[in-house]
Amino acid sequence: MKRALPIVIVLVAATVLLIFLGATFGRSSGTVGIASGSALPGFSEHASTPEQALSNFLQDVQRRNWDRAFASVERTSDAVNKLDFIQEWTGTNGGLRSFSSLEKYEARPLHATNSEAQMRVRMQWTTPVGPVEDVRDFQLAHRGDEWKVVWNQTPPPNVPAQIVPVNYLRWDLVSGTSSDQWGSHNVDSPHVRIVSMNAIDSAEGTVVMGEVVNEDTVPAFVNVNSTLVDASGNPIDDESSFDKILHILLPKQVSPYRIDFPKASLAKVKNVRMDVKATLVPASSDPVIGVMNQKLEQDAQGRSVLHGELLNQTGETVNIPHVIASFYDNNGKVIWVSDGYVQQALLPQSSQPFAVEVPKSVAGKVQNFHVVVNQYSLQKS
Amino acid sequence: MGLLAALLSLAGVSLAQDIEVRVPSGAVAGQAASISTTGSGSATFYLEGPSIALKRDVQLGQEIQLSARQIEGAGRYVATICASSCSSSVFFVAAGKPSSLTFLVHPSRAPVGQADTISGVAFPFDEFGNLIFTPETVQFQISSKDSNLASHSVQTQNGVAWFRSSSGKSAGAVQIAASLNDVQARRVVQQVASDPCRLQIKAQRTPKGVEVQTDPVRDCAGNPVPDGTIVTFTAKNGDEISTVDAPIKQDVARARIAAKGPIVISAASGVVMGNEIRVGGQ
Repeated sequence: MKRALPIVIVLVAATVLLIFLGATFGRSSGTVGIASGSALPGFSEHASTPEQALSNFLQDVQRRNWDRAFASVERTSDAVNKLDFIQEWTGTNGGLRSFSSLEKYEARPLHATNSEAQMRVRMQWTTPVGPVEDVRDFQLAHRGDEWKVVWNQTPPPNVPAQIVPVNYLRWDLVSGTSSDQWGSHNVDSPHVRIVSMNAIDSAEGTVVMGEVVNEDTVPAFVNVNSTLVDASGNPIDDESSFDKILHILLPKQVSPYRIDFPKASLAKVKNVRMDVKATLVPASSDPVIGVMNQKLEQDAQGRSVLHGELLNQTGETVNIPHVIASFYDNNGKVIWVSDGYVQQALLPQSSQPFAVEVPKSVAGKVQNFHVVVNQYSLQKS
Repeated sequence: MGLLAALLSLAGVSLAQDIEVRVPSGAVAGQAASISTTGSGSATFYLEGPSIALKRDVQLGQEIQLSARQIEGAGRYVATICASSCSSSVFFVAAGKPSSLTFLVHPSRAPVGQADTISGVAFPFDEFGNLIFTPETVQFQISSKDSNLASHSVQTQNGVAWFRSSSGKSAGAVQIAASLNDVQARRVVQQVASDPCRLQIKAQRTPKGVEVQTDPVRDCAGNPVPDGTIVTFTAKNGDEISTVDAPIKQDVARARIAAKGPIVISAASGVVMGNEIRVGGQ
């Protein structure tokens, strides 16, 4: 015991010394590059470079240290308060961001002078629907002896108190009684049809995609299944459209679908068996979501993306909007289906931007596109 | 010899040494019948049928009574008598009088004005659930609440009668009845509006964008298209596109398109396209 005490004292003293040196001199003369890594909890390094300032800020966001994160930014407008700032990162109204956490990030400089810098950050979020990548550009400014993140996000638009008239329309299922005087009436499953199918070989494997339409006068819960069959007639693999389809189809509504076979090569496939299952479900025609200003463009990273805005035209909050887009060539054939979740909730009478990526191999052939919006509302689930 | 045995079997008579089994030639399900034998002394009687298998001690030369319950199932029966040797004979029991109709109608919802879209199949059964194979005439009748629309008389073949019919012109419920003697089964088919016939839209610019709506949407027979049917409004402004999938509510679909510049708006529902209108910029 007497021998161990001096060793413990030496270790503690060495640790304190290393922490002090790290906090004082660490990264003080770093070069502009990729910012990553993390400091010890409770210790932020001095923001003497743009990368360090951004790294400190994102670490505070990761740890949900909102007091320090908000205090460290330079606000361009007093309209942005702390609550807006926090909700920008934590989400609100049951949006996907509310259930997400920032797993990691990678920052790259875009532009830097002695007084200001611009950094692009790829943030990887873990969400209930899988990892979601968010790319965001940050402005930084040199103030005094340190760099600060410039917080120029506009506060979210306030939804004014209002009454939105809605002609309520929904379908309920009623089981009939056998003692009907006039005659018994069955209710068949909705009539749903696959109107197109296209199988392609992609980098990730075989992809089967197309469109399905509800030809009936009642809503349908739809799922599309596909089986790949080899030359000898044996099934290779079978998969379903899972979340890459608008499951509830109202009368005459068309939805894209996509079925991924990650490990299957199209060269081995002789036949594709398609099967659409439709069941009658209670459904509501609301909310109505408009897809505004859709445009296919290249983003700052050179990727082809279809972007636009979702506009909630009714009085119901959509917690997690899900965008599914089908892309057509000049013959009207579906050549790709993309999807993406919008991280913020879509409030009544308000809009949210969205973007879905189109693979480079397909982007040049796209002549037209069609976007549908799946909506998940907490009050319905 | 085989041919002779077969002929004897068909005639309901079988000879095996000294025992002769005479089976009923026109047995009907649910009606008592008897089997007569020749010879004397005790024997064992076996009966095997579609829904029965029994064993009984009998006296040769006396009638063997079969109760109504023992031959409820229509079909092929084998009667066997065993004394010093066995002798067997085959007879058939036919179904009784029609007692119920199993009536299947498809679909439960039929768009108006479609040829051969409604079909029905009827199967007559007796009171014991035996399918009646003898030809019977089934009367199919289609009627609305107000009037008779059509009727078909169809004779069953192999126990089945069926019809196929076009749907009417008016949306609403129709009753389809199948009748055989005093037995009747009724089903209801909902005739629904077909695809929209002319999709006309109009638009008006408002401070929030462009409010666009259809005229009342009807099919070619004038029936209002069901509420909830989706109308897709598409607005084009250069290479920017805005779309809204709006449901028809009270015969009209409405949407708001947030656009400030001049736009061209069109509408579609299923395979039907509507007119195209231009709206100037704000």
